[in-house]
Amino acid sequence: MKIKYYPGCTLKYKAKNLEDSAVASLEALGCEVEEIERWNCCGAVYSLAEDDLIHKVAPVRDLIRVKEQGGDKVVTICSMCYNTLARANLMMKEDEEKRDTINRFMDEEIDYAGEVEVLHLLTFLRDEIGWDKVKEKVKKPLTDLKVAPYYGCTLQRPEEVGIEPLGSFELMSGFLEAIGAIPVDFPGAAMCCGSYQVLGNAEAVQDAAGKIISTAQTAGAEALAASCPLCEYNLGKEQDVQIFYFTQLLAAALGLDAEVSRFELNTGNAGELLKRKNFL
Amino acid sequence: MSVIIPKKSADEFFEKIKELSGQDIKLCMQCGTCSASCPMSEHMKCTPRKAIHLAQLGMDEMLHEQNTCWVCASCHTCSVRCPRGIDLARVMEAVRQLTLRKNENFIEPSKMTAEEIKNCPQIALVAGFRKLTS
Repeated sequence: MKIKYYPGCTLKYKAKNLEDSAVASLEALGCEVEEIERWNCCGAVYSLAEDDLIHKVAPVRDLIRVKEQGGDKVVTICSMCYNTLARANLMMKEDEEKRDTINRFMDEEIDYAGEVEVLHLLTFLRDEIGWDKVKEKVKKPLTDLKVAPYYGCTLQRPEEVGIEPLGSFELMSGFLEAIGAIPVDFPGAAMCCGSYQVLGNAEAVQDAAGKIISTAQTAGAEALAASCPLCEYNLGKEQDVQIFYFTQLLAAALGLDAEVSRFELNTGNAGELLKRKNFL
Repeated sequence: MSVIIPKKSADEFFEKIKELSGQDIKLCMQCGTCSASCPMSEHMKCTPRKAIHLAQLGMDEMLHEQNTCWVCASCHTCSVRCPRGIDLARVMEAVRQLTLRKNENFIEPSKMTAEEIKNCPQIALVAGFRKLTS
């Protein structure tokens, strides 16, 4: 199965561990990953001001790239990229006036009206590959590893682009079960880590991240699975529970070489925990 | 907080907020769900509920003195929980924009240390500059 893939900036640098583990896992699951050509930064946050269309040009241009390269679906992994692309896509689909303005502004590009479907990797794994197939391919199930599925803000809010309904965490829990781990239900699953406020209000971020980690710890989690490099950065500073990208756990369960997960880029000793448990 | 006397010119301010956010802040019934849900409210001088109240009263100058919109992380928790259907994250964006569009920054990128920039994931820088600088 061929898939069009949008990486985003952070996956090419600080979160190379997220990209490499995801791509290697997808290949092990039988997918041919095609990175879309000439992609640009999505802008990381979706512009909320009604009159601000210029900041929507970047994500729309990425979606145009997918369309002109013959794709009807694009898979993305970073939660912030997913949120920004999915919301821009929804706007192009539903708001005729804004769609017109943007299409006219980008007169050198083909017209776009939300034809591409934006999928988060977790949704893709469940719907296009299926948990049964994932289970089949697992060589080293992460037996008894207690993992807190962490969604943060951008995978569930706003509702219209959420990868699953608010308050439900079955998608990532289903994933964790498929790779043999035990998903740990915890109240911090959709709490915000403080996001970009790490630049403006580092103390507030520390408090927000600390609360998430302590709820995961109280619920008995040994590790936390994330899909956002900014969450990993903010939460990783709290050392009590080890933060992984969910793709690193997948790569380990698929029996892939630990090198693809580049644990040295995680905060803390991510590889150490998996080694101690004989998963690597 | 001292006694607040509503301004006569409040309508002009409502319209500005409505134009930028698409939200009608008059719908707010001051229940405080936003403040209770906000992961950042402990670090706000004025909670989201109070900020909306200031906006409802047209107290734009007092609202701009608060740090509410600058501590907001746009996580949308308040937006999905508001029983009156106000997308508060958009209101916060509007209040931020009213300052940023005057070329005033909340953070100064030039004052960040090289180490800070090196350690931060790219999305933190892009998102932070988008939200907190003009």
